[in-house]
Amino acid sequence: MPSEPLIAEHVLEFPGGYTRTTGPVIGRFLTELRDGRIVGVRTADDRVLVPPLEYDPATGEAVTGTFVEVGPAGTVLGWAWVETPRKGHPLDRPFAWALVKLDGADTSLVHAVDAGDVKAMRPGLRVRPRFRPEADRVGHITDISCFVPEVTTMVSHVRTEYRVQPGRSLARFLESVREGVFLAGRCTHCDKVYVPYRTTCPQCGSSISEEVELPDTGTVTTFAINNLPDPRAPEVPFVSAYILLDGADVPMIALMGDVPAHEVRQGMRVKAVWVPPEERTRSMTNIRWFAPTGEPDAEL
Amino acid sequence: MREVAVVAFAQTKHTDHDEGLIEPELISPVIQEVKRLSGLTRFGFTCSGSCDYLAGAPFSFVSALDAIGAWPPISESHVEMDAAWALYEAWVRLQHGDVDSALVYGYGKSSQGDLREIMTLQLDPYYLAPLGLDQVSFAALQAGALGADPAALREIVRRSRADGRANPYALDLPEPGEEGYEVEPLRPSDAAPITDGAAAVVLAAGDLARELVERPAWITGIAHRIEPHYLGMRDLARSASAADAARAAGVGKGPVEVAELHAQFSHEELILREALGLPPDTVVNPSGGPLAANPVMATGLIRIGEAARRIIDGGASRTVGHASSGPCLQQNLVTVLEA
Repeated sequence: MPSEPLIAEHVLEFPGGYTRTTGPVIGRFLTELRDGRIVGVRTADDRVLVPPLEYDPATGEAVTGTFVEVGPAGTVLGWAWVETPRKGHPLDRPFAWALVKLDGADTSLVHAVDAGDVKAMRPGLRVRPRFRPEADRVGHITDISCFVPEVTTMVSHVRTEYRVQPGRSLARFLESVREGVFLAGRCTHCDKVYVPYRTTCPQCGSSISEEVELPDTGTVTTFAINNLPDPRAPEVPFVSAYILLDGADVPMIALMGDVPAHEVRQGMRVKAVWVPPEERTRSMTNIRWFAPTGEPDAEL
Repeated sequence: MREVAVVAFAQTKHTDHDEGLIEPELISPVIQEVKRLSGLTRFGFTCSGSCDYLAGAPFSFVSALDAIGAWPPISESHVEMDAAWALYEAWVRLQHGDVDSALVYGYGKSSQGDLREIMTLQLDPYYLAPLGLDQVSFAALQAGALGADPAALREIVRRSRADGRANPYALDLPEPGEEGYEVEPLRPSDAAPITDGAAAVVLAAGDLARELVERPAWITGIAHRIEPHYLGMRDLARSASAADAARAAGVGKGPVEVAELHAQFSHEELILREALGLPPDTVVNPSGGPLAANPVMATGLIRIGEAARRIIDGGASRTVGHASSGPCLQQNLVTVLEA
């Protein structure tokens, strides 16, 4: 009879970790890092290697004894995005591995960039090291917790408060909306019907005196599907549409409802959905939205 | 140079899980198989490639000798590298002229640990390993530096897996489906699968090779080159060391019918094709390559074995086997095989 595999847990570990000597070149780099500075070493060819190596990788010659402070800022040359960090990674949230060419260096340093979102990463991104607090630095590559993008944007908060009035023509329109009526104005000169009601014709400039009551039915002329939430919309995505009320010559913008976003189309016949009469005020919120009537589509 | 040929090659049916075999049990069948194919039972030199970190035990390769039969004492060596480098050492050993045959083998069980993090331990201990930079992460840095076309990568994965399904020794992996990034820009299927397995090759020199098989796969060029370790000191979009090794091995001196490339990530195939200067009509990784089976420490040797097998079988007359070592194709070995 086959038996279950016999499995043992096994750990390979040197308790406390190896002690490694650093030599003068790597040791200098780690010492400076502990002090919050990043240095490179100059080669005989006058290139600056960061991190410093004992020998010039291009020629194999010993590097000079000259150390040069670089950065602290640098430029991202290449990157890879880690969405799910591993246990051993330097950050516990999504981050980028990056090749960072520090200012003054001729080579690039591999480290983590805490950019928040992959969309923040691009070649040429300017970054700066975030050092651990001085008391926590020991002379280790992780004395730099990570790099962070330089500041290129800031949020400025603007909020001022007003009390506004709609003006006479719109106030007249909203009064009629409270009564469940769309009030329009007709320019006798141009023979155009404008809704919401207005007192001058935007086409010829003449005064409008003729009021026209329009029905609450119309046709969708165009529309947009919105994927960003809006407090006035019932859900996301929602559709805002231009609706040409029957008898009007200009469309009115309104929400669509009672229909999946992808079914809304040009030419669709719609009717306003009103809140109950006792809830109505002088406001467009009296109309919840426009909903399809089910009639055949209209020619536009 | 002394003429040296691959005369036998064998590999396990690789698995994506631990079959419960210890290393000598894993390699014994392939050793028996190359002995049978070559007709040799003793070898002038024996060399293996493996990695103690895969087993999590020091000198784990020593116990593998139980599968070889080391009494009376044999001349033996080991590299802590892919066994392709054991083959190189054996080739050099045969150049001395005092022995005529060599047994080379490699094996690895990636299933026992976390290969992605074990590969962190190959990195320099001062600047890279302490960051926890894992295998997929450094490969993704290289893929990002290359800026490879995602459709080209996907096609490499698709082709490799389809070829792997036709190869009885490789894993049966499905067509790549929709998947998120593992480390952007690499997706899980861009990485070679976790695999357990082993392989063995017999090399023979001159007349012995001609006696043993009808069509020895002659090693007409073999070279390896290495470049700086630190990833920020080199152009990751190219493999200068692979190009140099290919030039030294003489890849471009004739047509290349088949090239088996040790590309453990899909983008590495693009870099290697360019570095080796492979013409468009070269068939790359018809075995499925590492993306279809990656028994670490044997994968590079299998590339040479697969390239040789096509010559021994009579299916091709000039092929190339490539092996790589280190992060982001740091070291590359190129072998040209001819009928």
